[in-house]
Amino acid sequence: MKEEKEKKEISRREFLGKAGTGVAGSYFILSSLKQAEAVAKENPLQPPETYFGNIQVQLTVNGVKHKVRVHTNTTLVELLRDRLSLTGTKVVCNHGECGGCTVVIDKKAVYSCQMLALDADGKDVTTIEGLLKGEELHKVQQAFIDKDGLQCGFCTPGQIMSAYALLLNNPDPSEEEIKTAMAGNICRCSAYPKIKESVAEAARLLKA
Amino acid sequence: MTDFDYIQPTTLQEASKVLSSDGINTLIYAGGTDALSLLKNDIYKQHKVLNLKKIEGLNYISFDKTNGLRIGALATISEIGSSPEIKENYNIIHEAANEIASPQLRNMGTLGGNLCQRPRCWYYREDFDCIRKGGGECFAYEGRNKFHCIVGGGPCYIVHPSDMAVALLALDAKVVIHSNNGERTIPINDLYVLPQDDPMNETILKPGEIVKEIQVQPPVKGIKSGYVKFKERDTWDFAVVSVGAVINSTNGIINNVNIAFGGIAPKPWSEKSLNKSLSSVRINENELEGKLKNLFSNAETLSENAYKVPLVRNLTKRLLLRLVQ
Ligand SMILES: Cc1cc2nc3c(=O)[nH]c(=O)nc-3n(C[C@H](O)[C@H](O)[C@H](O)COP(=O)(O)OP(=O)(O)OC[C@H]3O[C@@H](n4cnc5c(N)ncnc54)[C@H](O)[C@@H]3O)c2cc1C
Ligand code: FES
Ligand code: FES
Repeated sequence: MKEEKEKKEISRREFLGKAGTGVAGSYFILSSLKQAEAVAKENPLQPPETYFGNIQVQLTVNGVKHKVRVHTNTTLVELLRDRLSLTGTKVVCNHGECGGCTVVIDKKAVYSCQMLALDADGKDVTTIEGLLKGEELHKVQQAFIDKDGLQCGFCTPGQIMSAYALLLNNPDPSEEEIKTAMAGNICRCSAYPKIKESVAEAARLLKA
Repeated sequence: MTDFDYIQPTTLQEASKVLSSDGINTLIYAGGTDALSLLKNDIYKQHKVLNLKKIEGLNYISFDKTNGLRIGALATISEIGSSPEIKENYNIIHEAANEIASPQLRNMGTLGGNLCQRPRCWYYREDFDCIRKGGGECFAYEGRNKFHCIVGGGPCYIVHPSDMAVALLALDAKVVIHSNNGERTIPINDLYVLPQDDPMNETILKPGEIVKEIQVQPPVKGIKSGYVKFKERDTWDFAVVSVGAVINSTNGIINNVNIAFGGIAPKPWSEKSLNKSLSSVRINENELEGKLKNLFSNAETLSENAYKVPLVRNLTKRLLLRLVQ
């Protein structure tokens, strides 16, 4: 995986100067560098299509339908962050152990680092960005602010998505149910008591 | 992570056809919660990955009082853990499922994957050329072995990590295995092998064989069952030691009991002699202590794991007291 990342990063760096994308739905062909250069100038931060592979997935993210190409071994979080620029979802352990990458699919919290992008084909994904309505915070987000449910904040998007999934399925959770539902999200700062309070507050806000 | 082809059959027949031609080089992939980590760490290097999740109708949980319980291999751990029928009739499965990993992983992980998951031994998972990966040495034997086995070890000293397997062993469940040659049904105890018989695999599954279903007999009236798991952390973790028991008792006296252990051996473990010695025993702390005081006195503990012996005795006692009182 590390090697793979490096490989991808090298090719990404190598290509950035010369190539780009934005040619939606087209296969990027390395030999047509001239055209690519022109695109790159317009859109210098977009890595080339080849970085992402050539298998198509269709998925809905935060209500928006996307058709994108991935490698077989692209994970969902790589697709979300690198391709769709939804960087609210964090990668921390990259092994399904910490919850930083939690997103919600079909009303269930899942780890997007431990899932292939191809397995999200046809699915409806909600990320932390999807909770915002314009400038307006979602009640779960508001509750984390009101109750100070974070310290450094790095685990917070994942915590909020787990809380969001819990409250979708169980609007009135007991303390024990909150503890169970949040167990898959580690907080290095150990803000757990406040996180628990935030989830309880979110339930109150959502009911109000 | 290697590049691989992702093969997505929609029927078991198609899947086994693919596997029959190149089973040894094709990785079976369900929830991926374990397999993807092994791919990321280059422990799995297959260039073909066969996704089972597109196969329709393999995630059922069906129960009736005459046929008992049947669970399809693709049922998720969450579905198993939240099934009211399982909770009512097979509390041990309910408790074990809810002790597995975290909510996110329970939503993603399947029963088949749980039974066939690979060991968590840190030498196996990291960059050590250990016996389980075809190398010449078990590094745990003289290395760090706090979580390793106390019985059944050698030449490799893993413990089997599956919680479901322990619960299903206590229930004498059966496993339906599908392959291009048809189906066979075996007791779950026969699914697993010790390292002395095969140090590189935990199950007897041959390349191309797929776990299709688990069957559990109907519950006998008055039976009680439960699962207790000791973890190092309060929230999710693998079992340091776990115990599952299915018990039939009258007025506090055991008629018969079936106990299975996790975290102590390279496969889910049972001690037939213990089950026998407990029948007709009155369940109270003193009686049980007497019966359990020699449990695993034959253990071959390693430098850092002898604590598991008193732990497994105490957990067993605690579970039986809870179930009968
Ligand atoms: C952080 C973490 C914590 C965990 N904690 C626990 C725990 O406490 N208890 C526990 O029991 N497990 C635990 N697990 C292990 C495991 O991920 C889950 O138990 C899960 O159920 C595995 O299912 P899966 O569908 O994701 O398997 P996959 O990852 O898809 O597959 C696992 C293995 O089984 C094989 N396989 C999958 N399905 C079949 C089938 N039908 N037939 C034949 N072979 C098959 C695959 O080839 C692969 O080798 C944990 C995992 C992680 C990452
Ligand atoms: S980054 Fe996915 S669980 Fe840690
Ligand atoms: S707030 Fe810092 S890791 Fe949770």
